Amino acid sequence: MPGKAVPVPTPETQPYWDGCAAGELRIQRCVDCGEPYFYPRPLCPSCGSGNVEWFTASGRATLYSYVINHRPAPGFEDDGPYAIAVVELAEGPRMMTSLVGVPATPTDLVLDMPLRVTFEPRGHVSLPVFRPAFAEEGDE
Amino acid sequence: MSHSSVIIAGAAETDEIGRLPNHSTLGLHIEAARNAVADAGLTMKDIDGIGCVAAPGPVQVAHALGIYPDWIDGTGIGGTSFLLHVRHAVAAIRAGYARTILITHGESGRSRVGVAPRRMDLSSPPGQFEAPYGTLGPTTTFTIPALRYMKEYGLTREQLAYVAVAQRQWASKNPRAMYRDLITVDDVLASRMVAYPFHLLECCLVTDGGGALVITSADRAADFPKPPVHVLGTGEASETPMISQMLDFTESQMFRQAGQRAFAEADITVGDVDHLMIYDAFAHVPIYGLEALGFVKKGEGGPFIADGNTSPGGSLPLNTNGGGLSYTHTGMYGMFAIQEGVRQIRGEAAAQLDRADISVILGNGGMFAACGVLVLGRRAR
Repeated sequence: MPGKAVPVPTPETQPYWDGCAAGELRIQRCVDCGEPYFYPRPLCPSCGSGNVEWFTASGRATLYSYVINHRPAPGFEDDGPYAIAVVELAEGPRMMTSLVGVPATPTDLVLDMPLRVTFEPRGHVSLPVFRPAFAEEGDE
Repeated sequence: MSHSSVIIAGAAETDEIGRLPNHSTLGLHIEAARNAVADAGLTMKDIDGIGCVAAPGPVQVAHALGIYPDWIDGTGIGGTSFLLHVRHAVAAIRAGYARTILITHGESGRSRVGVAPRRMDLSSPPGQFEAPYGTLGPTTTFTIPALRYMKEYGLTREQLAYVAVAQRQWASKNPRAMYRDLITVDDVLASRMVAYPFHLLECCLVTDGGGALVITSADRAADFPKPPVHVLGTGEASETPMISQMLDFTESQMFRQAGQRAFAEADITVGDVDHLMIYDAFAHVPIYGLEALGFVKKGEGGPFIADGNTSPGGSLPLNTNGGGLSYTHTGMYGMFAIQEGVRQIRGEAAAQLDRADISVILGNGGMFAACGVLVLGRRAR
């Protein structure tokens, strides 16, 4: 039985995956217009500039939307119904992720709840996932 | 600049739709093509342009039909591709690149006969940034924006469920629809959870079938056995290859963009529309479509449908074949939405409207990824 999908980095996305391996959520922003963006690519989608740079995001996010999937993808068969979420990073961009440390029920998953990034091993890479933020971490 | 008018002169589906284990994908293309060309009173030798999605693609389909075309369109952007083929065919005919274009669709979506295996490229952006989180096709991705919409605009689970109820009302009038028994909101909410908040009856069917269209110039309209269906306006747009990057989870920018262009070219407003088809892979998509095309204000789509306005007898007949939720959905549904628009304008639909002078078709490709819109009319503009 095939396991969970393991992402295959490309030269343009390798710094993102290197960041994950180091426990950091590194994304890009435009040097010219200042807009942060996701997913990694060598061009600012806001202004078209190629003058872009990597930076380490705060790892803070809020829950933007999700589904609770009852028909598992390969490798997810033993997980029970699981959430496939889209989070909004504190810096603005959105990304898909998994939610950990919280039951996958509509009662527990409340839109706009504060989240923090954490990392899980997946094959040869480290995968960013999100958990509920602890009270003392705030959501400033 | 004045544009010559372009018409749909032939339109047909495969003999049967639903479960067709004895047809390959290519076989469905061939059957649909033969039926549409016959519907136009033509032969394959009259066809000089071909449009279809890969696989099998226009070279294979043309060759199988004995056609050596002067014009080829293999645009493949999911279930709306056929609407773009029509749009591109209109331009080609106006430009003189071809005279008589055949657009075909065949898909063994359920039986999967003669179909390449599904495979995700794990180095693509969706492969790197979505697949690792357990996505598995449209039920796990197309559905994700809905909870955000429900929170922002107060759409209820009952209103969402009513989309499926309304479409089953139309399907109950259509002998070719896969599901025809009337259902209630309670039935929908009691059906199996597929991807919360979506139940089985809020997800489209998975079927086999095909359809084809013959497109040509209106000055030849008298040559054909069926009344012409004029292509009055068209639009196309794309938005995102990944649902997580949809610009705003509560609205479809590409629906609005393609719709505005099509309505402007046809010189119509929403008040001129007698009949509407909105791609319904899932129950929330018609709500997004109604709002993006301007039939209702943002947030009003769910209540509008739940109040019966799109049901039989309502002010805005929507998805009158039963739609992807009840009629058929081979995976790429857009061809079947066009076919119903043509049938309504010709006056040959199973659930025929009293008045169907203007029909609007909104097609979706991928997960809010790409869009085509057609405005079809009984008369030239």
